[in-house]
Amino acid sequence: MNNYETVFILTPVLSDAQMKEAVEKFKTLLTDQGAEMVNEEDWGLRKLAYPIDKKTTGFYTFLEFNADPSVIEKLEVNFRRDERVIRFLTVRQDKFALEYAEKRRNNRGGKRQEAQAAAADAPKAVKKEKAEVVEAEVESKEKED
Amino acid sequence: MAKQTEIRYLTPLSVDVKKKKYCRFKKNGIKYIDYKDPEFLKKFLNEQGKILPRRITGTSLKFQRRIAQAVKRARHIALLPYVTDLMK
Repeated sequence: MNNYETVFILTPVLSDAQMKEAVEKFKTLLTDQGAEMVNEEDWGLRKLAYPIDKKTTGFYTFLEFNADPSVIEKLEVNFRRDERVIRFLTVRQDKFALEYAEKRRNNRGGKRQEAQAAAADAPKAVKKEKAEVVEAEVESKEKED
Repeated sequence: MAKQTEIRYLTPLSVDVKKKKYCRFKKNGIKYIDYKDPEFLKKFLNEQGKILPRRITGTSLKFQRRIAQAVKRARHIALLPYVTDLMK
């Protein structure tokens, strides 16, 4: 078992539901092969640094998982076959990457929980609190960038 | 006549004190360079998106290799451009 992380870009023509469905497909594929999901991040629709297949934006998804090397092969074959995927990158995490990934998860998890807690505290939302939540979201967005 | 050969300057000669370059990864104890963080990687690129040499950034060889790897990965997933003008 190795630790892997993969980033893939889906075409922007998909609707939100279709995008979620595609992500789900790859996740179930991984778990079916005996991979253990560690983390999942949805970076949303982002601008590409250069056009790919005449598209300038794409849905980014980031997955972390533990799996056997044979699983990666199957995953990549599926990425290539799927027309919705315009780019993908799978990387094995070495010990430094592992350390970094853990820190990153904790940072992001903490931020997200705070934002959720703030949102849950005031569902009808005093304006001030809403602003705070937005701020927290912006912060986490910045981290993503 | 002998006195005239002596060169005199109006302003005192500025002797450049060379600032010693250092590897920021070694100094700050950074062990892993993340390819998912294009803003950070941009510090090691010129306006055309080319990787700056060690000569200029002062990075150690070990981390220069890792920067190169990270930049190439970031380019592949379109977080950084392969070629561009006026990136910053």
